[in-house]
Amino acid sequence: MSRPLRLPSVCLVPSNLSHRVIFRPHPRAFHVLSALVLAALLSATGCARRQTWQLTDINGNLPDLKFTLATAGNARLTAADFRGQIVLLYFGYVHCPDVCPMTMARLGGIVGKLGPEAAKVRILFVSVDPKRDTPALTETYARAFSPAATGATGSPAEIERLARRYRVAYQAEPVDGSGNYEVMHSKAVYVFDGSGHVRLLIDDTDKPDAVVHDLRQLAQSS
Amino acid sequence: MNRILPRIFRTVAALVACAVLSVSAIANPAAGADVRVEDGWIRSLPGDLPAGGYGTIVNDTAAEVVLVDVSSPDYGRVQIHQSYTTPEGNARMRQIKRLRIPAHGRVAFAPGGYHLMMMDARKPMQPGDRVQVELRFAGGSVVQATLLVRPASYGG
Repeated sequence: MSRPLRLPSVCLVPSNLSHRVIFRPHPRAFHVLSALVLAALLSATGCARRQTWQLTDINGNLPDLKFTLATAGNARLTAADFRGQIVLLYFGYVHCPDVCPMTMARLGGIVGKLGPEAAKVRILFVSVDPKRDTPALTETYARAFSPAATGATGSPAEIERLARRYRVAYQAEPVDGSGNYEVMHSKAVYVFDGSGHVRLLIDDTDKPDAVVHDLRQLAQSS
Repeated sequence: MNRILPRIFRTVAALVACAVLSVSAIANPAAGADVRVEDGWIRSLPGDLPAGGYGTIVNDTAAEVVLVDVSSPDYGRVQIHQSYTTPEGNARMRQIKRLRIPAHGRVAFAPGGYHLMMMDARKPMQPGDRVQVELRFAGGSVVQATLLVRPASYGG
């Protein structure tokens, strides 16, 4: 998968400087211009090195964080409740004994390694099995893995809308003889910055250190 | 003499047969040879949600063994499952009815792969609790194992 490099806008030379160089020629204009170009090149290189992402950069590839869900006590939960926080969005279901707990434990462990930046990061676990998973149960489940986690779910229509927005697949499989059923779900974890813009994709092959590096970098730049 | 020799042959043949039988009995885990579970654990989850059971089945015998069933006095139902990822990147599980553990081999039950799906816990499980499980192999042999209950966040 390609990992495009993004240069943040702070690396660009302020437009008022180039304006002055072009419209007020000075005997030493060429020296100033050379110095500016050199400075711009150096700072762009510096920025590129600082802002290299180890995870998959999906900046601009998905819509901003937006949802209406319910959490414990049937309290309404929207994207506005997470403004200013980095959100790790993961879709799963509570009766999932293996992959969801593995992913949630992993994310919880990663947030725990962030140090001071941990306070800026939330794990949002969304159940795609609203038939079985109540908002309260989903919240209890999520919190069992990390104090940084929130669990939420919604009506089937709300879940469908959210999953479609992030191109996430899910499907309840046929009920077995004992009334249990499996729910197929995406393994992807999407990372949104404090402004709700999608930034990174975490998959289960990414090394924890890489995730820690990128989340810390994101927390420090937002 | 002519009558004694055939008797000696019969006796020797019987002894050889006994020896062969007893050797094959040793190779057969039904005779209690060394098949065991190492580092067994269960991830505790809130309430009576199904929990994942893990560990490594070690087969130190010279014959393949085939796991066909697992049960526990502490859970109503236990199934052998395998998680896998579809080509589209989605998580799925399949139930495993027969799992081969090669001679002198081992099979790991670990998050994201083979796991025991432990359902209908008969009591609330807390980290530190120990759960007995019985592994049944084709041919009827049974291996007992102990799984340690660990916090939900274990492995993170």
